[in-house]
Amino acid sequence: MSGPLIEARGITRVIDGKPPTTLVADIDFAMTPGEFVAITGPSGSGKSSLLYLLGLLDTPTKGEVLVNGVATCGLNEEARASMRLSQLGFVFQFHFLLPEFSAMENVMLPMRALGGRSEAQMQKRAFEILESLGLADHAFKRPDQMSGGQRQRVAIARSLANDPLVILADEPTGNLDTHSSAQVLAIMRGIVDSSRESDRKAIVIVTHDLDLAAKADRRVHIVDGKIAATPE
Amino acid sequence: MNLTFSIALTHVRARVRQTIVGIVGVATGVGFSVMMAALMEGSQNDFITQLVDALPHISVTDQRREPPRQPSEDAYDAAEIRGLSTPVTRPGIKNPYAIIASIEAWGAGAVAPSVQSKAVLRFAGRDTAASVIGVDPRLEIYVSKLGTQIISGSLDDLYKTSNAIILGDGLARKIGARVGNSVALVGGVGRTVSANVVALSHSGVNQIDESQSYTLIKTAQILAGQTGLVNEIRIKTPNAMDAREIAMRVEAETGYKALSWLEANEDLMSALQIRNFIMYAVVSAILLVASFGTYNIISTITHEKTRDIAIMKSIGLPAKLVRRIFVVEGLVIGVLGVLIGWALGLAMSWGMAQVEFKSPFMDATRLPILYAPLHYAIAGGVALLASAVAGYFPARKAASLMPVDIIRGAS
Ligand SMILES: Nc1ncnc2c1ncn2[C@@H]1O[C@H](COP(=O)(O)OP(=O)(O)OP(=O)(O)O)[C@@H](O)[C@H]1O
Ligand SMILES: [Mg+2]
Repeated sequence: MSGPLIEARGITRVIDGKPPTTLVADIDFAMTPGEFVAITGPSGSGKSSLLYLLGLLDTPTKGEVLVNGVATCGLNEEARASMRLSQLGFVFQFHFLLPEFSAMENVMLPMRALGGRSEAQMQKRAFEILESLGLADHAFKRPDQMSGGQRQRVAIARSLANDPLVILADEPTGNLDTHSSAQVLAIMRGIVDSSRESDRKAIVIVTHDLDLAAKADRRVHIVDGKIAATPE
Repeated sequence: MNLTFSIALTHVRARVRQTIVGIVGVATGVGFSVMMAALMEGSQNDFITQLVDALPHISVTDQRREPPRQPSEDAYDAAEIRGLSTPVTRPGIKNPYAIIASIEAWGAGAVAPSVQSKAVLRFAGRDTAASVIGVDPRLEIYVSKLGTQIISGSLDDLYKTSNAIILGDGLARKIGARVGNSVALVGGVGRTVSANVVALSHSGVNQIDESQSYTLIKTAQILAGQTGLVNEIRIKTPNAMDAREIAMRVEAETGYKALSWLEANEDLMSALQIRNFIMYAVVSAILLVASFGTYNIISTITHEKTRDIAIMKSIGLPAKLVRRIFVVEGLVIGVLGVLIGWALGLAMSWGMAQVEFKSPFMDATRLPILYAPLHYAIAGGVALLASAVAGYFPARKAASLMPVDIIRGAS
């Protein structure tokens, strides 16, 4: 139906300093609905940096990032925050949950900030998401009462809270065992595949894990901040 | 519940120890401020009341601010006349009741005459000097507290016998006289009057109770040898603070010197102003220190919460909301602190009011405490404002961080 959900046009991010550091250089990238993309590359190559730029957490020094067709670089932080809240979901390398809140409350946080749902609706939705990720028994635990894999799944649940267009995940399985990794991957795969035809989601994950990368629809390989040919 | 509140309350609840320290800080600040203010203003009011009660609001005496005009000054149109001797006049205010009537007529307040005389009290073969004050019992009760200070009898007992006297209780004890005894009074001009002790008075100030006695005007006039004259006319104005203006009018109309209590205590009143300034300085300092405590705690919490702030901002929570969370945390500590502080201040004020002071010169007294809602409102308001400000600045700094900087640092 429509164009790419996220599109990067020649984005470069240079950090001032002596000497200036180039995190990513002149990258073109587009994600179409229903796509599951993996970003791979050696450590320090700029994968996380690219993901932050695509997710509007950072602004490129050159180039433009479009989310659902809207150019974002000229927007102020408030407008970018509101786009993050309603259209993007993040899963970070380390789970990054609010420590004093239960899994339910963490998942409800983006819903509450966005508004539009009643408290009961939010609770129902949060529980359903947690349940679908196999966390029904842990819904009312705080992060410090859960295992790493469970926390990572709560983080995925939170990224799904506002039904985003794109989920951006930075090494979501980085510190999980094989079994948990497979589980998380299956969940992500399921999110893309089960999303309705009319508003298909897309997922982009950063990973070191080549097996995981192999299961993605497409692989983007980064070396020294630039897109390189994917090694076999 | 509102998102801001639920996050703020969760943070506050998860940090019981810090929160309690913050609340205690604010509470002691508010409590001590309130107590200090209650004590300072209470003692000031008490001091003024004592001044006002001890002296008549206005005292009209036969002194003059300038020497009386000489008849020759009126008779001759000369630039200066030298070598005249001051005309001799009898001391005292003439026609006191006519003057009283004229002053009362325009509503200056309650007016009463008095005659001051000195006498030697002769009782049981011993002589003791005392001052004998002639009063008019019917008028006296409206201008002084003498009427309420009579023990074993009443002021009207002065009418019971022809020459009745009321002795200060200290004086009575000193000479060994009791109600019903007859004492001899020897006046300054050598006249002797025999008087019956009809009652005793007790003012609470030993110096007064050991030296003063009261009779009717007429008796004192005989002792002083000044029939028809009084020494002083006292006025109690409806409002003590109007005394100065009324005194000026009385002086202009009667020609006698009218001294208001405010004029008589000018130096004390300016000392009170300095005291007030000191009080406000001390109270402000206490509140300021309490505010620093709040600031310190809120900024520590925001600092510890940097990672959470990054999470909230990366999810897309607006900076405004994040900022408000910490301002609310400051206010929660502030509100609880103020409430406890009020209770603490009230309790400490009450405790202070229980302390009794014994003095060899006076009856035992208690610390005068003023319970003024205004003190509570000011201390509470300042503490709340300080807590909100203390939350706002660290929060503004935290909320302006770019989440990506924190996430980069953490991963
Ligand atoms: N704030 C910064 N200032 C200077 N250099 C930075 C800064 N942040 C990142 N870098 C550098 O930019 C490069 C890219 O970092 P980035 O985190 O994107 O790498 P990455 O591909 O995600 O690595 P990893 O796989 O280890 O997570 C690295 O060489 C890093 O040292
Ligand atoms: Mg990385």
